[in-house]
Amino acid sequence: MTGTSSASQKVRHLELGLSDEQAIDMYTMMVKARKFDERMLLLQRAGKINFHVSGIGQEVAQVAAAFALDREQDYFLPYYRDYGFVLSVGMTFKELLLSVFAKAEDPNSGGRQMPGHFGHKKLRIVTGSSPVTTQVPHAVGIALAAKMKKKPFVSFVTFGEGSSNQGDFHEGCNFAGVHKLPVILMCENNQYAISVPVHKQLAGKVADRAIGYGFPGVQVDGNDALEVFRIVKEARDRAVAGEGPTLIEAMMYRLSPHSTSDNDLAYRTKEEVDEHRAKDGIPRFKQYLIDCGIWSEELEANLHASIKKELDEATEYGDKAPFPTPESTMWHVYENDAAGQGGNR
Amino acid sequence: MPVMDYIDAIRLAMKEEMERDEDVFVLGEDVGVKGGVFTTTKGLHEQFGEYRAMDTPLAESAIAGVAIGAAMYGMKPIAEMQYSDFMFPATNQIISEAAKIRYRSNNDWTCPIVIRAPIGGGIFGGLYHSQCPESVFFGTPGLKIVAPYRPYDAKGLLKAAVRDADPVIYFENKKCYKLINGEVPEDDYIVPIGKANVLREGDDITVIGYSMPLRFVEQAAEELQQEGISAHILDLRTLQPLDKEAILEAVRKTGKVLIIHEDNKTGGVGAEVSAIIAEELLYELDAPIMRLCGPDVPAMPINPPGEKFFLLNKDKVKEAMRQLALY
Repeated sequence: MTGTSSASQKVRHLELGLSDEQAIDMYTMMVKARKFDERMLLLQRAGKINFHVSGIGQEVAQVAAAFALDREQDYFLPYYRDYGFVLSVGMTFKELLLSVFAKAEDPNSGGRQMPGHFGHKKLRIVTGSSPVTTQVPHAVGIALAAKMKKKPFVSFVTFGEGSSNQGDFHEGCNFAGVHKLPVILMCENNQYAISVPVHKQLAGKVADRAIGYGFPGVQVDGNDALEVFRIVKEARDRAVAGEGPTLIEAMMYRLSPHSTSDNDLAYRTKEEVDEHRAKDGIPRFKQYLIDCGIWSEELEANLHASIKKELDEATEYGDKAPFPTPESTMWHVYENDAAGQGGNR
Repeated sequence: MPVMDYIDAIRLAMKEEMERDEDVFVLGEDVGVKGGVFTTTKGLHEQFGEYRAMDTPLAESAIAGVAIGAAMYGMKPIAEMQYSDFMFPATNQIISEAAKIRYRSNNDWTCPIVIRAPIGGGIFGGLYHSQCPESVFFGTPGLKIVAPYRPYDAKGLLKAAVRDADPVIYFENKKCYKLINGEVPEDDYIVPIGKANVLREGDDITVIGYSMPLRFVEQAAEELQQEGISAHILDLRTLQPLDKEAILEAVRKTGKVLIIHEDNKTGGVGAEVSAIIAEELLYELDAPIMRLCGPDVPAMPINPPGEKFFLLNKDKVKEAMRQLALY
């Protein structure tokens, strides 16, 4: 540690209730998510894995939101770009790599689902699918359970701006609004639904849709970590106080192509991407920490080295771990399925 | 043993399960204060309050999706689709989500929901208040599907569905609600999911069916007995998983089989039952497998001649049974 922020003029994170250590943890998670993502792109290009959907450009809001939640008891329904989020609520590189390589030990799906389809009951990360936004009614149902059982947890769900056009988004919001349920809905507005730009997806703002459902909707700069933290924390306070849902539209930009199967320069320009790369929230948060006197280039170098080591180990572990047995394809269709019986019973 | 209507047996099952386990709750359109458009949930709101007999917004995908979320937390929701015709907006939640939650999470998460949906015509409901959508969901691994005919099974299967650890679609027949009555024990019992039931023992022909058309089969069998034709009747009760053993045993008994349902013929449950019989018993059959089902039109019309044409009745069933017996 090169100093303490209490001596500094810039103590926004302290005002928000984040210790120096927590602020640094947030930054660590952002960098971990970015490095993970870059490594996956590399593994895909090297032919080691088939496919990767990137979350580059979205990590800041994901991590900041996770830190504003109660990571001991809240329920999480992330969408497929939320590497920063799931790392922040306890998933490890090793677990992610087991998923990337589709190995038996993968806690998300036992190597059944595409990477990015998170699920981890011990961490209260609720299993998700590929048809978008089906998780919104699930989050509302979990929030309904919280209300019925009088438990002080909230559910937190994310989705893209394209997804916010799905019926399940609207049906879920309306249900949550009617019953004032403790759910936080965060749209990660990354400006593109694969190739279709936001102006062809939305005539208005996602945040404004909350008005129709009778609860607050707010836009926030998704590259501003502390502002996202503040907004999500406020939403959580409202939720546990019985004041109902909040819709948050975190504005950001998908710096990577949609997936490794996508050529984004077919529908957007390099200039546009570069313009947004300059607004990347990770270096911005790093500078903030340096200005606070709690971060340095030396610490940065150490962090990169330790992440690289952890990623190397996780990649090796995931690569060498055994695949599920072919016969296990038949398992877990129903409760108590004996091996090899599956849906044939 | 008390005799009660089919609808009362369904209501009693919900009431008993809600008394037994406070995590059981029912949600849907008009299920609360009104007690359901058919009175299926009448009295539950008064007894259990607005959250456990919950009036939801009019949005079927949310009814299913919210129930799925609550179930993943550990609740035991019974989601009511007012008519099975209105269930299709929830199909993605049922097929892509509920059916796959255990499998896709490698047994980490589970989805113990019950989806109740009234099926069947004969109430002048026209195209969209009469359908039998079993075949849309049939063949989706991860789902269980039940379709009771007798009040005894209506109660016992619903209680089994509530206690099941996996998603169960409970197709109740709206024509049966007040028409079918029978003995229903007041004590706690379940009818196991996956077990068919022999409704009548016979030697000449076997009839396999489920839900409302079995009434016509029973009536026809009674009359055919006078003509010297003895019918063996199997009520599938559970459509998924099918009780293969019971099907094969019932067919073996007579060597002639007629399969009956109100859902249209092509791609219906009867097609799978036929295939099972053909795969296992082809050389033991004394007649080609016969099916009597709804016609392959989109749904039944509301005009009385059209509805009558579409629907099965005792005479149509009797004629088919006689033909099979005479083959």
